[in-house]
Amino acid sequence: MAELNYGLSELAQEIRGMVREFAETRVKPVRAELDEEGRFPAEILRELGKMDLMGLYIPAEYGGTFEGDSLPNIIAVEELSRICIGVSVSYAANGLGADPILIGGSEAQKKKYLPPLASGEKWAAYALTEPNAGSDAGSIRTTAVKKGDKYVLNGTKQWITNGGEADIYTVFAVTDKARGARGVSAFIVEKGTPGFSFGKKENKLGIRASATRELIFEDCEVPAENLIGREGTGFIWAMKTFDVSRPGIAAQAVGLAQGALDEAVAYAKVREQFGRPIIANQGLSWMLADMATKVETARALTYAVVKTIDAGSKDYSKFSAMCKMYASDAAMQVATDAVQVFGGYGYMKEYPVEKMMRDAKILQIYEGTNQIQRDIIGLALNKEYAAAARK
Amino acid sequence: MHIVVCVKQVPNTTQVRIHPETNTLVRDGVESVMNPFDENALEMALQLKEKHPGTKVTALTMGPAQAAAVLKEAVGRGADEVMLLCDKAFAGSDTWATSYALSRAIGTLEPKPDLVLFGKQAIDGDTAQVGPGVADWLGLPCITYAFGIEIAGGQAVVQRAFEDGYERLEVALPCALTVLKEANVPRMASLRGKMAAKKLEIAPVTAEQIGADPARIGLTASPTRVVKIFSPPPKTGGVKWQGEEPAAMARRLVEALRERQVI
Repeated sequence: MAELNYGLSELAQEIRGMVREFAETRVKPVRAELDEEGRFPAEILRELGKMDLMGLYIPAEYGGTFEGDSLPNIIAVEELSRICIGVSVSYAANGLGADPILIGGSEAQKKKYLPPLASGEKWAAYALTEPNAGSDAGSIRTTAVKKGDKYVLNGTKQWITNGGEADIYTVFAVTDKARGARGVSAFIVEKGTPGFSFGKKENKLGIRASATRELIFEDCEVPAENLIGREGTGFIWAMKTFDVSRPGIAAQAVGLAQGALDEAVAYAKVREQFGRPIIANQGLSWMLADMATKVETARALTYAVVKTIDAGSKDYSKFSAMCKMYASDAAMQVATDAVQVFGGYGYMKEYPVEKMMRDAKILQIYEGTNQIQRDIIGLALNKEYAAAARK
Repeated sequence: MHIVVCVKQVPNTTQVRIHPETNTLVRDGVESVMNPFDENALEMALQLKEKHPGTKVTALTMGPAQAAAVLKEAVGRGADEVMLLCDKAFAGSDTWATSYALSRAIGTLEPKPDLVLFGKQAIDGDTAQVGPGVADWLGLPCITYAFGIEIAGGQAVVQRAFEDGYERLEVALPCALTVLKEANVPRMASLRGKMAAKKLEIAPVTAEQIGADPARIGLTASPTRVVKIFSPPPKTGGVKWQGEEPAAMARRLVEALRERQVI
């Protein structure tokens, strides 16, 4: 198939081939079952670990294979997403959980927690959201009170991806209520810590293979050395994490949209009505053309943002928001259109596109709703143009 | 423990066609892969390696220079060492001569292997003779159709499957097994394994290096000859008679059978 030249490194191409084959042979045969039963893809993650694919974003000194190029990781997420984003979110949430440690963690924390994540021996999760703190993440209520050489955590986290399955959690809690978002701190909490338990597992519209669960902290004592950075820096780690993780959501969207497009075109070529394949109808082939263009535009933007971050740009929040927003809106549209191309069959669970449509919706919501992304872009524009006017 | 896995490069069966005039395999443009049953044998070895730390897995193949690709695949999945038997003197070897050559090669390996594994059969020739043949040359007990193995105290307990039942056999090491598809799900190569395989340079090992008797290898030493390869003619639908009186149709049937000298 014709491809745009994105100048992928040898490693990125290798990863693409490996993960594509893996997703086709290991994920595709079970994706409908995982979705139907809401079953966590533990076996799949374990196998990805054995294949050295859990540490693509972790530098070599901590056991991973990252050498400055984030595209191998992004492409691994994209290729898994082409088949199932319930699986790819369970995979990518490890990176989300590890990012605060990578960005703000001490050398000792990195040495302790990153190698088992890179090998796939342990899994991670990121715990920010609470019942009353969604888009307004600064208003979290979980507290951490210092007591000697420990912090005592109390509160409830909601909708935590990999909740219950992960071994290592980065948890955001308030250490100084008076300071608002500047009073939030980040902690590494290990599964099994007394006072740390799991609440209900959510029953979801899509990404049903992923585990989405409540985390409950009741007088949970965490060693003070598990504080990431200084007290009050938590919100900074949370936002910096999103800046680097949003292209990952975009990659999920690109993969899902590509998967939906693949299904739609293949079907349109074999489905005959009025004596000819439906792809021969201009109305339908134009739909497919729009879908394909959206997929490629989303991919091009996503890869460009990733390359910009890798090149050491300091100012990329706007671009991260753009690729997340654009690609996830594209994915929702493409998946919905794929169902339309399939007609009545598309609405049936025997075909994969209804699942893609259900799955796609979350991409417009999690890691910042697309309205929040537009806020971020708007705010950046306002600042940038004000700065330009002063010059 | 040292486990040797014999692997063979075969054409990917999903792509193979037979030339309608020459009746030989059309190999042009057909991708070569590791024989699927050999993948199960390799996986058995790799799982034993995970259970018994310190185990070394050696992948061995005989074939043309491009057969190095299956050895690289084996390294990608976790094999520690490889050996490529590659010499014009081996060309045209049948199962007898191939078994001899492989047994000589295994004889040169250090340390002496505790276990020699093969796939049940290769999907190109389908003879299932090389595994038992090698075992015989090496004087090793051989268990065919194995799908499970436990090793403890220099002994192996092997599960063996037949169409109508199972056997559990105790066997002293060293021994040889031929492995079934049901044994496991072969893993895919790891990233680090693939990178190591890319860098690996595989030097061919010659007949002389393994001390093979020239009178026992190659086409001339092979006691069997391939006379003809052909694909069986596709089944036609047969002949049907219907709509007549049963007695009339029975008469037609008898006549047709007599014509073909069946009765």
